Amino acid sequence: MGKTIVEKILSSHCNEDIRAGDYVVARVDLAMSHDSTGPIAIEAFKKYEEGHVWDSSKVCFVLDHATPSPNERVSNLHTMIKDFATSQGIKVYDVGEGVCHQVVVEKGLVCPGDFVVGTDSHTCTYGALNALSFGVGSTDMSGVLLTGKLWLKVPEVLKIIYKGTLPRGVFSKDLMLYTIGRIGAAGADYLAIEFAGDGIKAMNMSERLVMCNMSIECGAKAGYMEADEVTLSWLEGRVNRAFEPVFDDLDAKFADVYEWDISDLTPQVACPHTVDNVFSVEEVQGEEIQQIFIGTCTNGRLEDLRIAAQILRGRRIKEGLRLLVCPASRDVMLASMKEGVLLSLVESGATIIPPGCGPCPGTHLGVPADGERVLSTANRNFKGRMGNNKAEIFLASPATCAASAIEGRVVDPRKYLN
Amino acid sequence: MKREEGDVVKPILKGRAHVFGDDINTDYIIAGKYTKTLDYKSLASHLFEDLDPEFTKKLLPGDFIVAGRNFGCGSSREQAPIAIKYAGIGAVLARSFSRIFFRNAINLGLPVFVCDTSNIRAEDPLEIDLKEQVVRNCRTKKTCVVEPLAPVMMDIINEGGLVPYLKKHKDFNLKK
Ligand code: SF4
Repeated sequence: MGKTIVEKILSSHCNEDIRAGDYVVARVDLAMSHDSTGPIAIEAFKKYEEGHVWDSSKVCFVLDHATPSPNERVSNLHTMIKDFATSQGIKVYDVGEGVCHQVVVEKGLVCPGDFVVGTDSHTCTYGALNALSFGVGSTDMSGVLLTGKLWLKVPEVLKIIYKGTLPRGVFSKDLMLYTIGRIGAAGADYLAIEFAGDGIKAMNMSERLVMCNMSIECGAKAGYMEADEVTLSWLEGRVNRAFEPVFDDLDAKFADVYEWDISDLTPQVACPHTVDNVFSVEEVQGEEIQQIFIGTCTNGRLEDLRIAAQILRGRRIKEGLRLLVCPASRDVMLASMKEGVLLSLVESGATIIPPGCGPCPGTHLGVPADGERVLSTANRNFKGRMGNNKAEIFLASPATCAASAIEGRVVDPRKYLN
Repeated sequence: MKREEGDVVKPILKGRAHVFGDDINTDYIIAGKYTKTLDYKSLASHLFEDLDPEFTKKLLPGDFIVAGRNFGCGSSREQAPIAIKYAGIGAVLARSFSRIFFRNAINLGLPVFVCDTSNIRAEDPLEIDLKEQVVRNCRTKKTCVVEPLAPVMMDIINEGGLVPYLKKHKDFNLKK
């Protein structure tokens, strides 16, 4: 019987011939942590009284969740992480480098075939690079720091084959919202999702990262894709170690295989307060919005800012509305500055926030007022997510967000794309 | 009554039920704005604040959280099970859990069990018998079986969490 990509990657990381359902102890290629969950991992690690982490070259910290620091408590946590990292010889991506998941892929820290863990649920993002990666808690991370290994149950795989390609004005964010709406917030619990088909092959890396990023929103342990030309050309110049892409065996066994035609998909919106509360934009349009946020590890990349700028160029955002734009990383910020993308966004009335998580987790910037409605490119719209449980959050693509900024209400972006 | 790391879980846990629905996410358990701290007591004082600002005032030591499906979904923040543990909760029972939350709880030595919770009502006095792997409802006099934990999870729980487990064993040991 053949193997899935998950079974192959984990087999090679525990030197055993393993199958879905087995309990294994797998070697980790990269362990990532950030300023929100890192301090607890460090505290737990110190209790082992072992001194050194297993391999400091395979660990990184990114300061992104509350950056620049809003208060002395967070500042001290940042210092604590940096002190620990310095003493261990671990690389820290400091304030302003960007959101961890963008930094990790951009800096070439992940290769096809890798097994990666991070103390953040959206660590599943790196599956777009044909790696197996997922989030773990801080105590699990302390164990990884000590041993370089993680125990886990090998997940079965749900394979979703997207047939056809996305129509104009419809993006991978729409496709992923649609997918989550269709299978539900717990629809892929304990499973990994393989995204496949022509719909995926036609996507650039930025779009693919969106799909894998949000796989946790339907409960999946991980989301991933096969590697192809797009993957390899994206990796070129970023990674400097040898790797081998991993493919499903032809007779691999899946928990389920769905085949969906996506050629008629419309822009999608997730309504408050769950990510699987998804509607077509036609059903939601007209909802008044007070704040729009374009950014995050889901949709804060160059391509996202570009489409927003394209829609907003030569136009002004609606009087009284706040448009917050947070480039996912310093590199994204630089590239969008050079292209004039940030220039036109600011000219249209956007406020630029330094690279990082920005308003997404509600830790400091851009907290909405009571009763306000936010339209966001992020991956979560839970009550209180952005720091106020009396606000409502809608999720959509950068194009839908930009178009809605012009009118101050949810609109179909297709009318602004010619 | 607050359990510290390394405290081994008692064979029979007793407490009252605090009942929640499906899809209780980690943002509801502890809002992101409170997570930037290593003071776990202060963290615990904000437990479930967005759902019920008075929640922690209603708690007695050892009380249980009883929920529906997909408890603990959302972020990987370990502050969620930490807040539950440091609020003095004795165990969490749910129809199903999100994967990361479930692991985090076990790693902290917070007992979590999958069982049919549909007949448990708010304030029901419950007994969890770890040896028999059953939950007894002292109101309805009914018992229900909990799903067995994987051996490695049982080992970690029995050591009081992952830190004491690894302190003792230095590595993972999966019994076949
Ligand atoms: S941008 Fe939002 S979802 Fe992404 S890592 Fe930061 S807080 Fe998490």
